[in-house]
Amino acid sequence: MKNNNIILYAAILIFGVVAPFVLPAFKVQLSILCILIVLALTWNIQGGEMGYNTFGNILFYGLGMYLCASVQVGMFFPLAEWTESGGEKTFVHTPSQFFQGMAFGLLVAAIVPTIVAGLIGYAILGLRGHYFAICTLGLGVAAGEISGGIEIIGAGQGFTTPPFPEVGNLEARGEFFYFLSFIVLILTFVSVKAIYSTRFKLILNAIRDNEDKAEAMGIQTMKYKIIGWMISAFFCGLAGGIMGGLVGYIDSTDVAFDGREMGVFMVLMAILGGKGTLWGPVIGATIFHIFKEGFWTFFLGWQYVALGVLIVVIVIYFPEGIMGWLREKYPERFGEVVDEADRKAQVELK
Amino acid sequence: MDFLIFQVPILMVQASLDGILLGILFALIAYGMALQWGVMNIINIAQGDLVILGGYITYFMYLSGIHPALGVIVAPAIMYFVGVGLYKLVINKVVDRDLFISILATFGISILFMQLMNFAFGADVVLANSDFGTTMLFNNSVTLPNSKIFAAVISIIFAIGLVFYMKKSKLGRAIRATAQNARAAKILGVDTEKVYAATFGINAALCGVAGALVAITFTIHPYMGLPYTIRSFMIVIIAGLGNLPGVAVSGMGLGVFEEFADYILGTEFRIGSVFLLLVLILVYRRFKLSRKREYLK
Repeated sequence: MKNNNIILYAAILIFGVVAPFVLPAFKVQLSILCILIVLALTWNIQGGEMGYNTFGNILFYGLGMYLCASVQVGMFFPLAEWTESGGEKTFVHTPSQFFQGMAFGLLVAAIVPTIVAGLIGYAILGLRGHYFAICTLGLGVAAGEISGGIEIIGAGQGFTTPPFPEVGNLEARGEFFYFLSFIVLILTFVSVKAIYSTRFKLILNAIRDNEDKAEAMGIQTMKYKIIGWMISAFFCGLAGGIMGGLVGYIDSTDVAFDGREMGVFMVLMAILGGKGTLWGPVIGATIFHIFKEGFWTFFLGWQYVALGVLIVVIVIYFPEGIMGWLREKYPERFGEVVDEADRKAQVELK
Repeated sequence: MDFLIFQVPILMVQASLDGILLGILFALIAYGMALQWGVMNIINIAQGDLVILGGYITYFMYLSGIHPALGVIVAPAIMYFVGVGLYKLVINKVVDRDLFISILATFGISILFMQLMNFAFGADVVLANSDFGTTMLFNNSVTLPNSKIFAAVISIIFAIGLVFYMKKSKLGRAIRATAQNARAAKILGVDTEKVYAATFGINAALCGVAGALVAITFTIHPYMGLPYTIRSFMIVIIAGLGNLPGVAVSGMGLGVFEEFADYILGTEFRIGSVFLLLVLILVYRRFKLSRKREYLK
């Protein structure tokens, strides 16, 4: 079993490194896939392990996107003039400026949402169940509406992120963003995997199963809930920052705080794969992305109709997700001890 | 920020009157939400989209030459069947499940409706002009479109009518019994499945009335549904389930808040301020309850 895992990880790693050169046409799609997996993995910390179904992680994603782009521009040029010119080539980043800006931008995009998550989390993580869900939904939409009214980051007309500089004759934009998002994906996966093997995960599960009892056992649930959300926010902010550079254009309600698309996608991907498992969000995000791209290409214009139907079908018929289904079918693989005689007896009873 | 409203006090009267009339309309939608939340324990994110659909029915009556005021009768009649159909197709599978499942499923329905309406009716902002004229008050310094007064009166009539229906009719009693204890009601011979379908239908019909009134007094657009859902959710959590006077008062309060936010912060922050208010109210209630080590249930 241990050997199998190492082979699996090695295979994924090699595929990840080789993919952009073998499948050059899918570089952008693969980068988006990495971002989607990151979002699904971090959503799973709340929705799956902690039982706090949030629509609000989009807040950190959008915040990271705006912050990264603003820092990247604002470090070298006046931000207000940049947004007003709407991406005209009056200001051009030199390569070193671009990469420095990106690095600092990502740093800010990771740290600020984490702090914001701590502050907001203190206020709203005391809500439970559907009140929490609706409250976070409101937060996400409010952030979109409000950022759409702020002039310095482009208001309604949007914000063009700095274009990728030409280094010599190399056209390395796709590779750059792919490897950036792949590194963030590995970082996220490793951290989440590490977290899931500690006491922290057990505490989150205790909160999910019965928060009052967890509190009665002497666990400071509020502290752990906030830490859990801050971890999510850290990676969501990073993912948002990269996505901003990848898309090249930030709009308040259509790209950054896109509760109708990305905000629901992350919930859906985690549910499709299986809530509360490590691999569920990864599998869910991959399948969802392939499906979505198929829909988006073949049913152009009907994609939201397809999306709506997909949500209803997944939620009603597959609430346990793929991992949940596998677990029911092959419990031995998940380390559950099944008494063979007991199982046979159950089958006969049916 | 714009403080014109404090320099010209008569604008406050204007904003308050507008807000109260608007709030009565919100209260009607919230009433529908409270009804199905209380009976079926479902939060319907598609509530606002049902409102917009009702509005489009009225708009098409207006286009084909029928007076849009008749929409308040036709739209609920159609929407009742839409609601029952929706229940039979989707909602009946989420009734007894986790609340989050119902939120997500209705979110899916909301996206579906949004896009279908966008295809069917186009992405333009439209309104059904009722030609009711306007009323001038206080030396012509406050203008009230008669359509808004009409909307408020119709909302009140429907709300009172429904209260009596729930009290007196057989179905109304069955609905109230199911809300109190679905299992006991079942044992005593109430067909809860039918009651649920009827409840969702009545909710959709109320949305239809409200939608017709929205189409007459304001504007409709396929993507404008979600704010109506959030408003009605907010009104319900402020008032509590089954507290009708509370729903009316908090509806009006919300309407007034919105009009003032519109004047002070500017129209572009209007929807944003509604959503922020929701968050603030929830946070306020959470801190108030956490002193007693309780939480919102």
